[in-house]
Amino acid sequence: MKLILEMLSYPFLLRAFAGGILISLCAALLGVSLVLKRYSMIGDGLSHVSFGALSVAMAAGWAPLGVSVPVVVAAAFFLLRITENSRVKSDAAIAMISAGALAVGIVVTSLTTGMTTDVSSYMFGSILAMSPSDVKLAAALSAVVLFLFVFCYNKMFAVTFDENFARAAGVRVSFYKILTAVLTAVTIVVGMRMMGAMLISSLIIFPALTSMGLFKSFRAVVLSSGAVSMVAFCVGMVVSYRFSIPAGASVVLVNIGAFGAFRVLEKIRTVWGKRREE
Amino acid sequence: MSALITCSHVDFGYENQDAVIDLTMDVEEGEYLCVVGANGSGKSTLVKGLLGLLKPTGGSLVVSEELKKTGIGYLPQQTVAQKDFPATVWEVVLSGALGRSGNRPFYGKMEKETAIAAMEKLGICQLRQRCYRELSGGQQQRVLIARALCAARKMLILDEPVTGLDPSAIQDFYSLIRRLNREGVTIFMVTHDVANVAGQADRILHLQQKILFLGPPEEYKKTPEGRRFLGGESI
Repeated sequence: MKLILEMLSYPFLLRAFAGGILISLCAALLGVSLVLKRYSMIGDGLSHVSFGALSVAMAAGWAPLGVSVPVVVAAAFFLLRITENSRVKSDAAIAMISAGALAVGIVVTSLTTGMTTDVSSYMFGSILAMSPSDVKLAAALSAVVLFLFVFCYNKMFAVTFDENFARAAGVRVSFYKILTAVLTAVTIVVGMRMMGAMLISSLIIFPALTSMGLFKSFRAVVLSSGAVSMVAFCVGMVVSYRFSIPAGASVVLVNIGAFGAFRVLEKIRTVWGKRREE
Repeated sequence: MSALITCSHVDFGYENQDAVIDLTMDVEEGEYLCVVGANGSGKSTLVKGLLGLLKPTGGSLVVSEELKKTGIGYLPQQTVAQKDFPATVWEVVLSGALGRSGNRPFYGKMEKETAIAAMEKLGICQLRQRCYRELSGGQQQRVLIARALCAARKMLILDEPVTGLDPSAIQDFYSLIRRLNREGVTIFMVTHDVANVAGQADRILHLQQKILFLGPPEEYKKTPEGRRFLGGESI
């Protein structure tokens, strides 16, 4: 308790908590839809594109968010396009784009500033990265995501479960897909500098995977993912502060722990259910 | 009997290629129509066209006023992602009412009653809280039909519904469809399983971009296409 109060007395840590919790929530909610639709790799691809865009912006002295948000949103459009087009193998295309963006980022940085701590913090995250404007952006983003998942919940379910049926029922499926991709892109850009380009995609994938096995209804999976993600972020932050390890990696490890714990619960439930039947 | 959908000289297609050419036919109320044809013969395109997802590139397609009001229930091909989807049967069936709920964000009492009625009709009320991915292929198909009935009671369009079902589930499925048809639901089914449907459909449409055959199954069996598709017996 004392540890947490001590942490909250630093304004930058308070910002990291506020921004991080909001980003974790957004990533987890969007992640449920992405993982179930087999688009998990999009998160990974976008984070690398985001790294490339940030490196270029930094080298050229442009505003980091102003450059990377539009670039990553454009990449999200493009990645959705190729996953919809069955002629191109989407997993290979995503791998190619993410490696390409990473390479551009590294070349541009080494030609200009060299591999400074800034670049390393983009790769692996820095707790100092959350500026007040980032927190504001995170708040606006989570307001939009929450609105989407509360007031368009039925449509989100239909689009995630069965696009063709949703389309026949008159839902504007491509609108919702594009909206999901754009929100994911913004989530990644904002969260990346704290979590690190290498680790941000785990925020999208882990909570959904953790919850999917244990819960049987879509609603429960969505709620659980949001909760798991926020709790894992807070625990990860405290662990990172206590043991002086990078925040992003520590949040990912806590998420892995939660994944394991849920699997154990699942196992217990199966065994218990069998025993009750006998 | 009146026509629910009337097509006269309709073409359907994408950008520069027509997948269905010069289609003249109608779907009568209460009939059981099966569409057969090789892969890429335009069956799925025709389904999209009838659902209104694809505008005809030529000719005219008229949907009766009655059908416009009640809508068409659609059973798409199952996707891989659905097989392990965490959703209860109730959530899936209720999502069929999406078209009715319009822009309201939540489902009301009426949608819920429709969903319950559809589940009763298919005998899956006891599965209500079960998870979709834990069901057998046949049960999953029943859930999806309940969802389609939730959207519309008059007419069902089924796109290759028996793919991936085991033989006994296929027979169950056909008797279920026959029952729904007797209860007054118009059935429009795309299938590869000609041998089985020839015995129960009212009419068969053999599509190969154009109409190769349209008529009752008995006559279809006599045509060269029919013999080839039904296989064996008369060769």
